[in-house]
Amino acid sequence: MFDKLSDRLGGVFDRLRGRGALNEQDVLLAMREVRVALLEADVALPVVKEFVDGVTQLAIGQQVLKSVAPGQQVVKIVNDALISILGGETSGLNLAVTPPAVIMMVGLQGSGKTTTTAKIAKRLKEKERKKVMMASLDVNRPAAQEQLEILGKQIDVATLPIVAGQLPVDIAKRAMQAAKLQAFDVLLLDTAGRLHVDTALMAEMKAIAEIGKPQETLLVVDSLTGQDAVNVAKNFSDEVNLTGIVLTRMDGDARGGAALSMRTVTGQPIKFAGVGEKMDALEEFNPERVAGRILGMGDVVGLVERASEII
Amino acid sequence: QKTSGKLSENLTGLVTKAKLDDAILDQIEEALIISDLGPATAAQIRETLSKTRFEKNPTDDAVRHIIADEIESILAPVAVPLEIDAFPRPQVILVIGVNGSGKTTTIAKLAHNYIEEDYGVMLAAGDTFRAAAIGQLQNWAERIGVPIIAGKEGGDAASIVYDGVKKCTQDGTDILIVDTAGRLQNKSELMDELAKIRKVLGRLNPAAPHNVILVLDATTGQNALSQIEIFGKVANVTGLVMTKLDGTARGGILVAAAKQFGLPIHAIGIGETMHDLKPFNARELAEAIAGISDIEND
Ligand SMILES: Nc1nc2c(ncn2[C@@H]2O[C@H](COP(=O)(O)OP(=O)(O)OP(=O)(O)O)[C@@H](O)[C@H]2O)c(=O)[nH]1
Ligand SMILES: Nc1nc2c(ncn2[C@@H]2O[C@H](COP(=O)(O)OP(=O)(O)OP(=O)(O)O)[C@@H](O)[C@H]2O)c(=O)[nH]1
Ligand SMILES: [Mg+2]
Ligand SMILES: [Mg+2]
Repeated sequence: MFDKLSDRLGGVFDRLRGRGALNEQDVLLAMREVRVALLEADVALPVVKEFVDGVTQLAIGQQVLKSVAPGQQVVKIVNDALISILGGETSGLNLAVTPPAVIMMVGLQGSGKTTTTAKIAKRLKEKERKKVMMASLDVNRPAAQEQLEILGKQIDVATLPIVAGQLPVDIAKRAMQAAKLQAFDVLLLDTAGRLHVDTALMAEMKAIAEIGKPQETLLVVDSLTGQDAVNVAKNFSDEVNLTGIVLTRMDGDARGGAALSMRTVTGQPIKFAGVGEKMDALEEFNPERVAGRILGMGDVVGLVERASEII
Repeated sequence: QKTSGKLSENLTGLVTKAKLDDAILDQIEEALIISDLGPATAAQIRETLSKTRFEKNPTDDAVRHIIADEIESILAPVAVPLEIDAFPRPQVILVIGVNGSGKTTTIAKLAHNYIEEDYGVMLAAGDTFRAAAIGQLQNWAERIGVPIIAGKEGGDAASIVYDGVKKCTQDGTDILIVDTAGRLQNKSELMDELAKIRKVLGRLNPAAPHNVILVLDATTGQNALSQIEIFGKVANVTGLVMTKLDGTARGGILVAAAKQFGLPIHAIGIGETMHDLKPFNARELAEAIAGISDIEND
């Protein structure tokens, strides 16, 4: 459905070829194509603007103008800049506190919080030999607590017993107590989905954070998200102390530009990628691969290598 | 006389009217992109507006109305309600879409609305995969007061749907709404399951499913087009419902979808309760995208 950015840029520069050296104006022209490619990948417009401005400076300052393959050279610069923003600091979970370490999951409705809660629990249990408990604070969605309970049984991780009619804040208190008394290393709090503009539910989330004092607060974001990503990222990070992002549904065919938006707006690292519905389908986030996807090119690495040889 | 009066008004209009300048057009294009129309559709609408003539120095409000008019003209032809007219009964409505888009909740809302209109409704728990998916639908069925046909977790979705149709036919139930597991459109084995459900239904009644509704999440960006295309091919989608328009996402991808696929848009979801579904209104969405007014729950 989409053109590859490299093809597009090739087109731009081919038209200019034979006219002698490329100039700044040509780079700007190429950057228009980069802009469209990013927008088609659902990178949010303000983030696109900031990114393109930065990369334009880089490109003009570099050897693009003299390069024999300017299209690939621009792709390389764009790709490198994407990777450096998407990657950034190290991204593991930081759970080095007196137990229980609390991880709170937040996000929009249906983004994948409950599933990701269980996936992380399984990972901590199996890879880090932690004693883990999960608690669902979702009293809104029908059968939400049962959903987490069933997942807990599947992965053999304890869940806080369900008490009908209890409010989220009280469930959080009970979960904290239980985790301390039963000496769990990690307590995962799964919360109800909420819109970032729902003041009542955003206040509830803050109240839960007050009680849980989470070590990690992870915003769970659907990689299919469009332009609204900036609003979501901004409102959630204004309300709670986010420490990381989880991008779900990376097993789909979306270009996943929301990754760049989230990373830029929250300033927090993307810690995991959800790649399926099964409990093992959680990966460490791979900035190279995602950069390639955003640019619409599986073969970005090869392309970039070829570009580097030329330069 | 009236006609000639109007004509001269138009003529003088033409003389004094100007075109939008590039700065305004840039702003319009950006506003459309932010609403998820996508760069290509936004550029097309910009192009159309650039050729239109306006009052000199149009006010902000006038420009917004012109944008809304243009978007409305694209959306109006696809604003089509979901009619219950199957004969023989039941009318089978299959609800499909990617994970977490709002299928199950939309089914609850539809069932509630149809019960209010005095139809007999039954639900079928065709999501046998996700943890507590059956419980979620059962919970809704209880609240709304409609019967539900459900099997075991991990069971065969197609056979539950088959039983549902048989039961509705016996009982004279008007509508059977079928929930299905969420699936990403690039997962071929899961998409095959949808094709199988269709086939099994067709054996009982060649006209079933009468409606195949693809549920789109308003938060979704350009990937919604790929969803419509691929679900459309595999499951013969007959209409769309967009959920979660109570947030800040504007669902502009529907404009691109209307241009590209022309599929009917039946309704929109604006909240998590069973009261939060309303018929799709082209003008309302157009005004929301143009920034004139928000989508309200009325
Ligand atoms: N394909 C795929 N599906 C996923 C992934 N993560 C979650 N899902 C599915 O997405 C749907 C919603 O997931 P949930 O975990 O229930 O989402 P949630 O954020 O807890 O939803 P609410 O509690 O209603 O706000 C389910 O069908 C999950 O199986 C993923 O990485 N890939
Ligand atoms: N704000 C808002 N939330 C909605 C709307 N429709 C559904 N939701 C919420 O979105 C989440 C997912 O909804 P479901 O109906 O479970 O979605 P689904 O498509 O059946 O999900 P899977 O079966 O897991 O694929 C739930 O938390 C719903 O309450 C809506 O119109 N507005
Ligand atoms: Mg949940
Ligand atoms: Mg469902």
